[in-house]
Amino acid sequence: MRIPCPICGARDVSEFTYGGDATVTRPALDETDPAVWNRFVYDRENPRGDHLEFWQHTGGCRAWFKLRRNVLTHDVGESELLGPWAEPPLKGGRPERQETAE
Amino acid sequence: MGDYSAFSLLKNAITGHQAWRRAWRSPVPKAAYDVIIVGGGGHGLATAYYLAKEHGITNVAVVEKGWLGGGNVGRNTTIVRSNYMLPANTRFYEWSMKLWEGLSQDLNYNVMFSSRGVLNLAHTPAQIDAYARRGNAMRLEGVDAELLDRAEVARMVPGLDVSDSARFPIIGGLCQPRGGTARHDAVAWGYARGASDRGVDIIEQCETTGFLFDEGGRVTGVKTTRGDIRAGKVGVAVAGNTSNVLKTAGIERLPIESHVLQAFVSEPLKPLIDTVVTFGAGHLYISQSDKGGLVFGGDIDGYNSYAQRGNLPIIENVAAMAVAMFPNLSRLRLLRHWGGIMDMSMDGSPIITPGPLEGLYLNAGWCYGGFKATPASGWCFAWTIAKDQPHRLNADFTLERFHQGRTIDERGAGPQPRLH
Repeated sequence: MRIPCPICGARDVSEFTYGGDATVTRPALDETDPAVWNRFVYDRENPRGDHLEFWQHTGGCRAWFKLRRNVLTHDVGESELLGPWAEPPLKGGRPERQETAE
Repeated sequence: MGDYSAFSLLKNAITGHQAWRRAWRSPVPKAAYDVIIVGGGGHGLATAYYLAKEHGITNVAVVEKGWLGGGNVGRNTTIVRSNYMLPANTRFYEWSMKLWEGLSQDLNYNVMFSSRGVLNLAHTPAQIDAYARRGNAMRLEGVDAELLDRAEVARMVPGLDVSDSARFPIIGGLCQPRGGTARHDAVAWGYARGASDRGVDIIEQCETTGFLFDEGGRVTGVKTTRGDIRAGKVGVAVAGNTSNVLKTAGIERLPIESHVLQAFVSEPLKPLIDTVVTFGAGHLYISQSDKGGLVFGGDIDGYNSYAQRGNLPIIENVAAMAVAMFPNLSRLRLLRHWGGIMDMSMDGSPIITPGPLEGLYLNAGWCYGGFKATPASGWCFAWTIAKDQPHRLNADFTLERFHQGRTIDERGAGPQPRLH
């Protein structure tokens, strides 16, 4: 299986580390309902087909990204970068660093 | 029941082996049963067998989407052991071990259970300390465990590289002498025959596509590719397909991820390893089958998968570990390899429980330790279904434990299924 890193291109799966289901969203830090946290930590849809998941290119650029992959056929789809690098998409090189407030 | 015996073998040998009857019947599904078990793997067949044998419930159907022995019961490395540390696991797997020890006699079917010992290698002083702790925990629960030094390991496994120049020098190990291997196909066939002879209908090529409910939301049967079948109770034991099957009952999320685990068989060799050895500086378990092939496996591939095949990096990793342990295997060729879909739970421990819906019972979350658990899993699941409550051996294996802070995390790896 070859994983398309948004920065480095398609590389062998052994260069990557799997980060799990990307459809679960971390609750806000001030969320105090344990049921909400428990759902986030433990409960998974585990679909038999298309799966949106996190990967990190640990053996390369170390970027985290989301990948849509079919877990039944191992066909990989598009990937997209996460975090401050995600917006705007990498067209003209690295996005500008945000000025930190003095 | 047509007993298998030396006499029946002789009689059939004389008559040209024409009179053997099929080991289990192949009935047309009835309209209704007392209990339906979804999944004709080892656990489902064992459940049906113990429902009939222990609880007298014989109006039972096992519905299987493929053929018996085509799923994980035929896709494992056949290792049987009960060397766990946490009390809930130790008791449960030790009960399984005790059932294994009498299984061939109980089933009148030779499952070729062989107590050849299971040896976990230690490569660091910290590992020896951890093994001493685990061994003591096992002995406190009445399980056999022996801590070995390097000389004893070398005597037990002559082919092993125990030199100081080994990639990860071996300093000792923890051995469970009663552990060993069994023939996995025979386990499926033996339970199927035992259940069928007691009146259980085993229905192959019959995929469950949904569930039937009454007005109150109670499960009253299953929809299958061979029509609807009603039932008083429905037990689900479908390993890696648990999320998929329960989705058709309206259960959207479970503390389970499906992952692929690969296993390997080498070309046949003369006797080399007469025990089960596990590597301590990586994850590899290896034994030799009676045909001579080395049977071994390692980690899961590490990403969600429903494909019953894996990828090459794990093959390379497993081969490297095998050669680190046994340098004399370096030119050995692989004969076969395959993948199975594991229902990896969030704490690495199983789920055997009534629910999550009324009339439904769940047996899941076996990670890649399901084969050794087959007898106790069936025994406990049968109890749970028959009595509508868990036996004390599986009382801790609830579905709710994840939300209650009662996880049973043997490895201490946290809620990451790929790490268990």
